[in-house]
Amino acid sequence: MIEVKNLTKIFNTVNQEIVALDDVSLHVEKGEIFGIIGLSGAGKSTLIRCINMLEKPTKGSVVIDGIEITTLEPQDLRSARQKIGMIFQHFNLLSSRTVFDNVIFPLEIAGVPKKEAGKRVEELLDLVGLSDRAKSYPSQLSGGQKQRVGIARALANSPKILLSDEATSALDPQTTRSILDLLKDINHRYNLTILLITHDMNVIKETCDRVAVIDDSRIVEVGRVINIFSNPQTATSRSFIGNIINREISDQLLQRPAEQASGIITRVIRVSFIGESAGKPLISSMIKKFDMDANILYGNIDRIKDTPFGYLTLELTGAPDQVAEGLDYLSGHGLEVEAIDNV
Amino acid sequence: MFDFGANAWMVDKVLIATWETIYMVAISTFLSYVVGLPLGIILVTTSEGHILENKRFNQVLGSIVNAVRSIPFIIFLILIIPLTRLIVGTSIGTIASIVPLTLAAIPFVARLVETSLKEIEWGLVEAALSMGANAWQVISKVLLPEAMPSLNLGVAITTINLVGYSAMAGIVGGGGLGTLAYYYGYQRYENGIMWITVIVLVVLVQLVQMLGDTLAAKISNRRR
Repeated sequence: MIEVKNLTKIFNTVNQEIVALDDVSLHVEKGEIFGIIGLSGAGKSTLIRCINMLEKPTKGSVVIDGIEITTLEPQDLRSARQKIGMIFQHFNLLSSRTVFDNVIFPLEIAGVPKKEAGKRVEELLDLVGLSDRAKSYPSQLSGGQKQRVGIARALANSPKILLSDEATSALDPQTTRSILDLLKDINHRYNLTILLITHDMNVIKETCDRVAVIDDSRIVEVGRVINIFSNPQTATSRSFIGNIINREISDQLLQRPAEQASGIITRVIRVSFIGESAGKPLISSMIKKFDMDANILYGNIDRIKDTPFGYLTLELTGAPDQVAEGLDYLSGHGLEVEAIDNV
Repeated sequence: MFDFGANAWMVDKVLIATWETIYMVAISTFLSYVVGLPLGIILVTTSEGHILENKRFNQVLGSIVNAVRSIPFIIFLILIIPLTRLIVGTSIGTIASIVPLTLAAIPFVARLVETSLKEIEWGLVEAALSMGANAWQVISKVLLPEAMPSLNLGVAITTINLVGYSAMAGIVGGGGLGTLAYYYGYQRYENGIMWITVIVLVVLVQLVQMLGDTLAAKISNRRR
């Protein structure tokens, strides 16, 4: 649905060149919620703004649903933009217009007849649960309600994709959750492709199917959210995950002196459970099957979008061959096993 | 000091002069917006990074606006007498005053409009662009409606300025309260007329400011 190829954006200021995007390539499938996470200044905002050409890339191309956006004439770009909805961190609603008139705005721009447009607005307000606030002005709404208006407005022209520029960053956690639920609902209902950027790993965890981690103007890691959580490859990803899930275990636990009989070893491992495997008693059957002890140092279970997901940090003690076979047993059953004791 | 009763003709004079001032100021304000409003819009939209960015053009236009604004009105008034004669056939009287008043107010209005429109959050413009709005739609549906309270106050400021300018025009025969004050108050030492003129001017300015404030507040309140 969205194909970003070798996108580079360089800002020229008086004193220097700032590289905001450095050879970024991405592919977003139709109907998926794709997240881009990065710290402020990493380039994610520039990236999403290049998708609808609010920012003109220095090099590279963006193709949306087969249309090369980067080379369109102004007239064609405007009609292409009508099919790309966008929501913003600060909502960007017109204070001079009521909720109803804000949502009808894109239809006005597209030249949709008034009557038809009015009907569409009513549908949309119903969808976002704001039918009773149609005559209110934005200043009379809460942040969450404003973003709902923003979403209704972005959907007015039945876009092919929805771009979300930090849409929940100005909202409290509870409101954030309700907005994310609304986005998931819309994604589900209309099979609408959503590309969102955020600095909050929770947003990725709650909503996204796939994620790209952007750091210092480059994409450093892309993959299914589950995979990034269970097996992050870069320090940037690990630190984002660490912000919301405690993966690390205190050094004290790791550095316990090993007073062991000969022929017995102790390993500390981290096991990640994903989906179905989270429901099976694999650890206990491993202990029964092999001659070893397992001591649980830390555990955590969570949900990534709709999939159960958890970490368990274990200390295994036993004969080297038994421990090794035990680890194989776990991996063989689809668990992600990672040694964290640096042996 | 005030000796009204003895001078019923004076009341007539003041009334006529007041009407002339109102007339002259109202028409000049209107005409200065006819030109100044589009100029202000152009100044904003051709500036760097804006929807119709054109740096060279913007610089040239900005310099012209600044040049006209830097000429003191009393000098400007005399400077353009030939032009005034060309346009209305005379340089004396109420109608003739409208020419310098309007021309002097245009760059002022342009800058006021520019300031009002610059206050609009860029995010709103971007939102409209992201929906596929063209430049005209951004101007007519975002910039102007959003800036309406501030634009209203600008009209009040312009009008008040023009009341002051019109009095200056009066000194060189422009009609209105300025002429009255000058002929009677200054040349004939009739302090009464002078004071009445001042009072009428103060009242006029107060009324305009009140009207502007009320309108702006009304628009803002409706949106609150």
